[in-house]
This record gives sequence, structure tokens and C-alpha cells, in this order.
Amino acid sequence: MNLSLLILIPLITSFALLFCKGLKQVRVVSFTGALVQLALAFILLALYWQERTAGNTAIMLFESNYRWFSALNINYHIGVDGISIAMILLTAFVMIAGILISWTTESMAKEFFFLLVFLSVGAYGFFISLDLFTLFFFLEISVIPKFLMIGIWGSGKKEYSAMKLALMLMGGSVLVFVGLMGLYFNTDTGNGSHTFDLLQIAQMNIAVEIQRMFFPFLFIGFGIFTALFPFHTWVPDGHSSAPTAASMFLAGISMKLGGYGCLRVATFLMPEAAHEYSWIIILLATIAIVYGAFATLMQKDLKYINAYSSVSHCGFVLLGIGMLTQGSITGAVMQMVSHGLMTALFFAAIGMIYTRTHTRMVEQLGGLMKAMPFISTVFVIAGLCSLGLPGTSGFVAEMTIFMGSWQNTNTMYRVATILACASILITTVYILRAVGLVIMGPIKNADHNGLADGTWNEKFAAGILIIGIVAIGIAPFWLNELLGPGTQTIIKHIEKAIAI
Amino acid sequence: MPTPAYIALIPLLPLAGFFILGLFGRKYFKASSGIVATGLLLISTVLSLYVGYHYFFVDGKPDGVYQPIVALEYTWLQFSPKVSIDMSIVLDPISVMMIIVVSFVSLMVHIFSLGYMKGEERFAVYYAFLSLFTFSMLGLVLSGNIFQIYIFWELVGVSSYLLIGYYFNKPAAVAASKKAFIVTRLADIGFLIGILILAFHAETLDFSTLIGKLTSPSPELTSLTTTSFMGISFLTWGLTLVFMGGAGKSAMFPLHIWLPDAMEGPTPVSALIHAATMVVAGVYLVARIFPIFAISGPAALEVVMYTGAFSSLLAAIIACTQTDIKRVLAYSTMSQIGYMMFALGVSGYGGENGLGYTASMFHLFTHAFFKSLLFLCAGAVIHLVHSNEMKDMGGLRKFMPITHVSFLIACLAIAGIPPFSGFFSKEEILLAAYQSSMPVYIVGLFTSGLTAFYMFRLYFSIFWNKESQLHQPYNEGTLSMKIPLIVLAIATVSTGFVPFSTLVTPDGKAIESHVDIVFSIAPVSLALAGILFAAFLYKKENQKPVKIASSLGGLYHAVHKKFYIDEIYLFITKKIIFNLIGRPAAWVDRNIVDGLMNLLATFTGRTAELIKGIQSGKIQNYTLYFFGGVVGLVFIFIYLW
Repeated sequence: MNLSLLILIPLITSFALLFCKGLKQVRVVSFTGALVQLALAFILLALYWQERTAGNTAIMLFESNYRWFSALNINYHIGVDGISIAMILLTAFVMIAGILISWTTESMAKEFFFLLVFLSVGAYGFFISLDLFTLFFFLEISVIPKFLMIGIWGSGKKEYSAMKLALMLMGGSVLVFVGLMGLYFNTDTGNGSHTFDLLQIAQMNIAVEIQRMFFPFLFIGFGIFTALFPFHTWVPDGHSSAPTAASMFLAGISMKLGGYGCLRVATFLMPEAAHEYSWIIILLATIAIVYGAFATLMQKDLKYINAYSSVSHCGFVLLGIGMLTQGSITGAVMQMVSHGLMTALFFAAIGMIYTRTHTRMVEQLGGLMKAMPFISTVFVIAGLCSLGLPGTSGFVAEMTIFMGSWQNTNTMYRVATILACASILITTVYILRAVGLVIMGPIKNADHNGLADGTWNEKFAAGILIIGIVAIGIAPFWLNELLGPGTQTIIKHIEKAIAI
Repeated sequence: MPTPAYIALIPLLPLAGFFILGLFGRKYFKASSGIVATGLLLISTVLSLYVGYHYFFVDGKPDGVYQPIVALEYTWLQFSPKVSIDMSIVLDPISVMMIIVVSFVSLMVHIFSLGYMKGEERFAVYYAFLSLFTFSMLGLVLSGNIFQIYIFWELVGVSSYLLIGYYFNKPAAVAASKKAFIVTRLADIGFLIGILILAFHAETLDFSTLIGKLTSPSPELTSLTTTSFMGISFLTWGLTLVFMGGAGKSAMFPLHIWLPDAMEGPTPVSALIHAATMVVAGVYLVARIFPIFAISGPAALEVVMYTGAFSSLLAAIIACTQTDIKRVLAYSTMSQIGYMMFALGVSGYGGENGLGYTASMFHLFTHAFFKSLLFLCAGAVIHLVHSNEMKDMGGLRKFMPITHVSFLIACLAIAGIPPFSGFFSKEEILLAAYQSSMPVYIVGLFTSGLTAFYMFRLYFSIFWNKESQLHQPYNEGTLSMKIPLIVLAIATVSTGFVPFSTLVTPDGKAIESHVDIVFSIAPVSLALAGILFAAFLYKKENQKPVKIASSLGGLYHAVHKKFYIDEIYLFITKKIIFNLIGRPAAWVDRNIVDGLMNLLATFTGRTAELIKGIQSGKIQNYTLYFFGGVVGLVFIFIYLW
């Protein structure tokens, strides 16, 4: 399969949108594009299984490599393994749900959908890139449109939030770029030239001093995207001001770019440094998990609740990566997928509530179950996934991380694992608090009695995300098997490096 | 042996019910949802009985010893080459006994609810949740893997949460549902860490392998007993933490606070979940890995014993002062589960030593029937008087004869009066305690007297005492509400005669059962004393109880307030966690952490503001800077180099 299609289809969709007239056309075009993309993601999955069952053990499948800028040895090198496919599937799911949720966008619909679809080009490109420069290029594509989406269609302190988000993510990008340069100039392909090629760099042994110097740049840079403490403060502001679909994309996919980068670039290419610095990663991740959860406890705005809970949940991703065991890394990737689906569902539910009640403040809501049983059920399901109920993806991901992390016998790491386990109690408390205040209880505002329940597009959007969550929750073995070879490659690489 | 597919149907049929009613119930089964769920469960129950018959009497013991049968094993999630969650169904005496109890009691509750919940707006939702619970509970008892049991453990927790909060617009119900879920989740974290510890050292999650490895000398056992943390071996840690999960679900002190509040749910739910099935899951969990406790972890087993004994006494004392009839029953449940726990705690593994284990399972079995009967009767009473408070009741025996007789039978059973079922199981428990631990025996004996007292206090207050304000004629309830009462009353009378010691023992070998008449004099006479005392105080309306209460003063008040344990928890959560951690954390994040980021931005902005004047675009200024620079450099070169 030609992976470039994954970039081309959203690209074509987004440009086709520019020529659309009226909301109807815009909807049809963007929905069709997303649907085709979803089909493509499934075809990719099927082809991947076929290759693997046929005995193809290459690290990356469906590779293609074109020279882009020969003077600096920059290539358009793409390929996928199970990890990338999982992320691509996630992106396709979240995109289709996001488009359906924005179905009734009225102001400047064309521009809105254009930016939304264009964002996904960046995400897809990022997940299939095997050339660090190309990867960085796609990472940047996914920052600027967010600035516009929040600034134009946002709510609340939108200018401030848009600026904050853009600046902090740009700051992250700068760190990543410095890290990439550092790597690049310390590679040697044998004929004196340097390379950006991920797989080639992985084969070289980058000197430990170089790793020590540049690992923090890459890890923190990518970490900012995935809400690494203390660089997570863009998350609450960004989410609370962003329109629903942008929130879904931001939390569902953008934050995963960071986690993916931390794993695929920082940890994979600089394993010794990752090993040496792992205690710092664990420390920051544990702080993010526990502190994020506590900060969520008393929030009043639903979006702030979900934003802080995202900080906590993304902490699990970093924890899993920092533990450096096969199980924990598999769990980290699962957590990325799970959190992506769950948080998108959560933001979708919040958006549905907001468009009807025009408030996100928990003290103004209450008893919504009576007026809107469907939306309330969606909210509860998202909540249950968030607190890691068996049968949802959250449980599978968290348990895999815990089991993996416990393999690390270092006392500090054990303590971190126990704290992470304990944090699911705090998660339970804030989720039940939100559900109790918003969904259950007596109706606080009499106007909420007559509000309409979910429309077909909202049901479709929520349904597709719930299917994703439950598909992992009930039958996690397929995801485990999908991720297996990819995480094994990474972990073997790390073990080899540490052994030397 | 019935083919495994049949056995799988036992939990899967209620699951199907959940999906059918959850997805389409609101639209298509508005009135018929009760029938759909009950019908599906009826098939499950018949299958359970069939499997039970086959296991116990046909092919469970190929050579005189009951063997576990593992069916339908498949790998659900592979953590590492050795450790994986393998979903499987395990049939052994306790799991077979449990599927019969769960499906049977659940069926009774389903039937009872047909009448009790009739006309509810969310009738279909109610049955969907009830089906989800039944599925989870059946899955829990059939689990062959410790992680599998944890999965279903959480699922029963959430179904309990959903059902307690069924009346979602009642603030008390919302608060109770949250409390139940959070407290049990706290306990589950212990369970989870316990699993992590055991699984890491034993390198397996499978029950039979785990028990095999940890009950005979093996490198895994050595690694668990030789490594320690804070002077306590990892084995004891692991087992105690797993027990913590069990204590949370089974409402053992100090994790019991959720159970009385859980009575906010519909009464049939209390009968099923918070009396007969889910709350005994903790006992079941300890019984499931009992060989490890008994053979390798006596220290952890002691924790089980003392927790059980203490909880049973504490709950019985509190029950004497409560006025809400469902709360009295809730504390009595806690007290009876305490019995089951300490019975496990005093038990040994092989042969005659296993009496405590057998007694515990026996009591679990009989308790399920008489306690669900008590709750369903209470439900019928509440249905009639529309109140949970004793003061609104009295003299109801004329209005509801069937309920009255059933309730009396159940009270006699729980008080331990022969020949009702509770007598036999309690007798075995006390005997087992007598043989191994005197203090526990005395606690058990004393508690059994208290039990008789508070149960008959309840009985007399509801059915005798003052004359009722109600007017004849009154219809006692629909047929569907009466049938379960009658069936359960019959079960309460008859289950005591089940020869449990030949069926359920720790090692599968039958043991001699002995009901010793001399031994039973003490508990039975204590129970009779309790009953008489209750009759003296509560049979006729009088001021004696009030006088006694006021003469006890502060002591009575402390007991009535449940020893202020709830208040302590509230203080910790509201004052400490919410106000001293939650709010400050949010504030710190907004003002300090984010403040630093903003400060950085402001600093950048100000600096730019300051130095932007330098780039003024005026050639003269640039020339000035240039020459200034040259002079400076010259200065440095000449004087400082």
C-alpha cells in the first residue's frame, strides 16, 4: 500500500473544501474525506496483518523513500509499524467524530473544516514519517491551524489561550528542533554526510555524551505536547477556549504526537540517555499523574476537569515510557490510543451539553439524565473509561502499564507505580463528582427540562468513539498483538544499548 | 459433564439481557423488559442447577475428591511471555455453590421487582442494570484467574454504583452511590497492588498455578517469603492487600461505611447486591485462594480473623440502635459477613481442620437465602407504609400475613434457632472458632446473642408494637411479590439440612460433620435470651427502650452515631483532601506553575519593550553604537588583554 495516500486524501479534502459553497457541500466533502480515510486506515490494518502473518519481520512495512533535499540528505521516508497504525486508526476515529460534532458550525464553516482537516494532514504525516526532518515538518503543520481555530471559533479568553498554546507548543518545537540538529550533526553515514533517517540513526551508536546533551531537548520538547509537568499549563487554557472539534483533536491527537515523539524519537534513538534520565522522567510523570488528578478534584468548569484529567492521564504515557520495560511501553501506547478516544468522547459530550445549556459550570448543571438520557449516558461512559473500568480501553491500558512498571524493581520506580495506582482513586472521585453534579441529582435549572437529546450526527460521533473504546476494552488482544513487534523493537534496542 | 458451552451461557445470558435492554429497552421493551430479563435469567438458573447437580453428584469427584474443572480457557491479554490474563471458567465446589446462589437469589429478586418496580419510568434501565450485575457476579465466581476476578470485581462495583444511584434525582442516593464506589475502589487499589506483588514473584495470574506454586516449596514461594518490606514478607503484604480488596467489598471495618448508605438503592437491589451476593465476594475471594492463606500465610490469615471478628461485633452493636429498618439489616449483613470472615480466619487446610472453611461457605449459603428474604420482606413493608423508619410501622402482622410469617422465619434463622438454616451454619462456625481461638469464640457467641436481640427488635417493632394506622382491606402486593417470599422462606427452612461438610471443603475431601447438642446449648440459650429481651422491650408500645437509651447517655449516642466513623471519613475527604490538597493544587497550578510561564512571557515582552528602542532606524544612532563598540573593544584590547 502506498502510505502517501494517508496524507494525500486529507490534503485533497482540505483543498476541495476551499471550493465548496454552503454548509451542505462542506459537510459532504469533509465527511466523505474522513470516511475514506477511515476505510484506508482499516485497509492498512488488514494489509499489515497480512504481511505479518506472511512472516514479514521488517521493522517498518510499506516503506518508501524519496530524496527531498539532497544537500542536507533530507528524505521523504515513510513507513509504518504497529504503533503507527494504532495511532493512525486513532486519528481516523477522532477525525470522523470531530467532523460530525461540528456538523452545525455556522460561522465560516468552510474555513473551520479546512483547518480541521488540514490539521489531520500534519498528524497522519507525523505518524508515518521515518525521516526526522519530515517528521518535524509535519509536527509544525499541526500547530499553526490550532492557533487560528481557537482564536477565531473559540470562547472565553480565546486570544490569550490561542497565543499561549501556540507559544508553548512552538517552544516545544524549538527544543525538538535543537535536539534534532544535535542528533543530525552527530550522525555519520560513512561518507562524511549526515542523516535524518530514523532507522539509520538507530543503527548508529550515538556517543553517550551527545545523548546526554540532546535527549533532554527532544524529550522535553515532545513532552510539552503531551503535557509534561511543569509545561502543561497550556492544556487547561487551550482546551477550555477551543471549539469542541478542536478540543477533541487537541487532546485526542495532538497530545499523542508528543508521546509518540518521546517514544519513537527521543527514547528509541538515545536509549542510554533515556535509561540514565529515566528517574527524572518517572518523577515528572508521577507528579503529573498525582498532581493533575488532585488539581482536577475541585474544578468547576467541565472542560477544565477534562483538561486536568488529561494531564494526569498523559502522565501515565510518560510513566510507561520512562519505566523502559516491554509491558510499560506497550501500555503507554495503549494509553495514548485509549486516552485519545476517551478524551475525544468526553469533549464531545461536554460540547453537546454546552450547545444546549450554554454553560459548562458544574454548579449550574444538574439532573441532565432526565432531559438528555443519551448525552448523559455518553458522559457517563466517557467517565467510566476515564476511571479505568474493565470493558473499556482505559482499564486495559492502565493495567498494562502497571504490570509493566512493576517489573522495574527499583524502589523509587515501585513507589511511583503505587502512586500511579493510587491516583485512579482520585480519578474515581473527580469523575463521580462530575457525574453526580451534572448528570444526576435534581434539575437545577428549570429551562433544562425541555432540552433536546442527541441528534443523529452526535449519536454517530459518540457511537464511533464508544465502539473504539469498547473494542479495545473487551478484546484487547488484537491491540496487544498489533503493538507487540513495534514495542519489542524499541525495547530490544534499549536493552542492547544498556548492556553495552 | 455438561459441555462448556452450557456453562458459558450461565453468565452470558444476563449479559445479553443487559445489551438488549440497554440498547433497545427504552424504545421496544418498555413494559416487557422485566419479563425479558427474568426469562433469560430463568434459563441461567436452570442451567446453574443442572451444572450443580452434575458437578456435585455425577462427575465432580472422580476418585472421592472434588477436583476443579477448568473450561473455555483463552488468552485475553498477554503481559509478558509468562504472565497473561487467561479468561476461563473454573468449576469447583465453591464456584458451583456460588452460581446456584447468585442465579437463584437474582431470579427471586427479578421476579419480586416485577411487582415492586412496576410503573417506574426507567423500568427497562433497572432491569438492564440488574442483568449487568448478575452477569458480573456470575463471571466473578466462575473466574479462574486472579486478574479475571479483578475485572469482574470492578464490574460488580460499577453495577452496584449504578443501581444505588438508580433514583438519580434523589441527592441522598447520588451521595450513597458515590460513597459506595469510592470506598470500594480504595480497597480495590490494595487488591490491585496485591495482585502486582503476587504476580511479579509467582509469575502467574492463574489461580491453580498460583496456589500450586505458593503452597509447596518452590523458588517463587521462597522469593516471596524471603524478600520483605518494613519487616513483613512480600507474601504477607500481597495476601493482606488482596484481602483489603475483599474487606472493601464485604464491608469489613474500617471500610464498611458505604454499606448502610447503599440502602438508598431500590430495596430488591439491596436484597440481591448488598445482602446476598456482592458483599460476600470478599469472603469468596479469600476462600478462592484459601490454601495460600492457610499453608503459607498464617499472618495474613490472622488479619482476616481479627478483622472479621471485630467487624461482626461492631456491626451488631450498632445495629441495636438504628431505627431505619434497612440500615439495621445492613449492619446485620456486615455482622454476618464478619462471621464468615473469622470462620475462614480460624480454619486450617486439611481434613478436620478445614471445618472453619466449610462453615464459612455454609453460612454464606444459608445467609444468602434468609438475608435476601429479610430484605424482600422489608421491601414489601416499605411498599406498604412508604417509610423506612420503625416509628412509622407497627402492628403490620394483620395486614401482611405472608410477609409476617416469612420475616419471622428469616429472623429465627439469623438468630440461630434450630431447625432453621442459620442455626446449622452458625453452629459450625462457633465450633470451628472454639477449637482454634477462644477470644474469637467469645466474640462470636456474644454477637449471636446481640443478633437475636436486634433482629427481634426489628421484628416486633414492625409487626407488633403499636396498632397500625392503616385501614383494611389492604392488598399485600402482587403475586410476583409474594412468590419469591414463599420460595425463599422454604429455602430458609430447608437449606440447613444440606450436607455441606461432604460437599464443600478446602481440599475437596469430605469431613465429618458434628452438630453437638451440648455445644449448642450456650449459643441457642443466648439467642433465646436475646429474643425474650427484645419481646420484653418492643412487643408492646412502651417507654422502656427510651429510658434505657437515656440511662446509657453518651455511650448510646456514640453507638447511635455509629462511633463517628463516618464523620472521621468526611473530615479526611472534605477537610483534608478537598480543601487542603484539591483546592490548593488547583490554585498552585493556576497561579504558581502557570504564573511562572506567564512571567516568562511577560519578561520576554518587557525585555523586547526595553530594547526595541535600540533598533530605531536612525543612521546616527547606529553609527553611535558602532563607534561606541569600537571604542569599547579598543579599550579592552589595550588595557585588559
